[in-house]
Amino acid sequence: MNTYILYGITIALLIISFVKDKKKTKMALKKSWKAFENIMPQILGVIMLVGILLAILNPEVISKIIGKESGIFGVIIASIVGSITLIPGFVAFPTAAMLVENGAGYMQIGAFISALMMVGIITMPVEMKYFGKRLTLLRNAFAFLFTFIVAFIIGKVVG
Amino acid sequence: MKGFLKRYRFFLLTILITGALFIINGAIGIRALTVTAYSFKEMLVVLPPIFILLGLLDVWVPRELMVRYMGEDSKMKGIILAFLLGSAAAGPLYGAFPVAAVLMKKGAKFSNILIFIGAWSTTKIPMFLFEVSSLGAKFAVTRLLVDIPGIIIIAYLVCAIIPKEEVEKIYKNIEIM
Repeated sequence: MNTYILYGITIALLIISFVKDKKKTKMALKKSWKAFENIMPQILGVIMLVGILLAILNPEVISKIIGKESGIFGVIIASIVGSITLIPGFVAFPTAAMLVENGAGYMQIGAFISALMMVGIITMPVEMKYFGKRLTLLRNAFAFLFTFIVAFIIGKVVG
Repeated sequence: MKGFLKRYRFFLLTILITGALFIINGAIGIRALTVTAYSFKEMLVVLPPIFILLGLLDVWVPRELMVRYMGEDSKMKGIILAFLLGSAAAGPLYGAFPVAAVLMKKGAKFSNILIFIGAWSTTKIPMFLFEVSSLGAKFAVTRLLVDIPGIIIIAYLVCAIIPKEEVEKIYKNIEIM
């Protein structure tokens, strides 16, 4: 659904651009291709790495380590697991709901979901290519610490 | 050839690891490839429009406009725009970086770039709706309310810690990419 909107907007803008200025549109597409080609090696590596990690860390394994009684330790583990995995949202949320049903705590799930989205250890090669090592590490470190704040507040409000 | 090997060494390494997984445990190897195939499909579907949009953005949006709305003196306007741009996005986090690069090329302020990336990673609107339906409104709204100030605080903290010269270096590096 979302993808259709994205394509609709892109195609509409591309047509408008083409009608207004053919040369500029050609230049835009050239730039698109260059940017795409530039980051391709990193993205391909990241995609393979996601496969490797999710094959090892499947939902059953994750749900075992972040159970309800796991406490602060479970929150830490949940943050770490969330940081190193990269699961698309539409898989992650149902998975999280399933984990809650199986006895995972909301606090742990809050940490897991936050880390999953904000901390990207696997995507670091892509991020570093644009922003360099230091900034990438710093941003991810702060995001990682932030997941504990989110977990704590969610634990208070929801759990 | 040597250039190819150097550029793709990370990718080649992951292929080797997947191969090793197959040898150690065939079932896990197959699972790895299934997930990879899925992510690859996602990439093929989502990335082309994102890159076309950023090409169009690069060509059509004049630098002055970007500076005015997201540049050094954009203040609240820039923060809100960075949030909206990131939240309206689709696709995985690695799609955010090339878009951020174009925004930077056009003169967007660095803290706004960090907010944009934060928003792309966490406050995406379609994802929020999905979160409400899976984990409940209380969970999703609480997370959103904590995340919005969190993203802004992290952006400003990172900006405060990273020296100016390094930020300039990052901008220069993106210019030549």
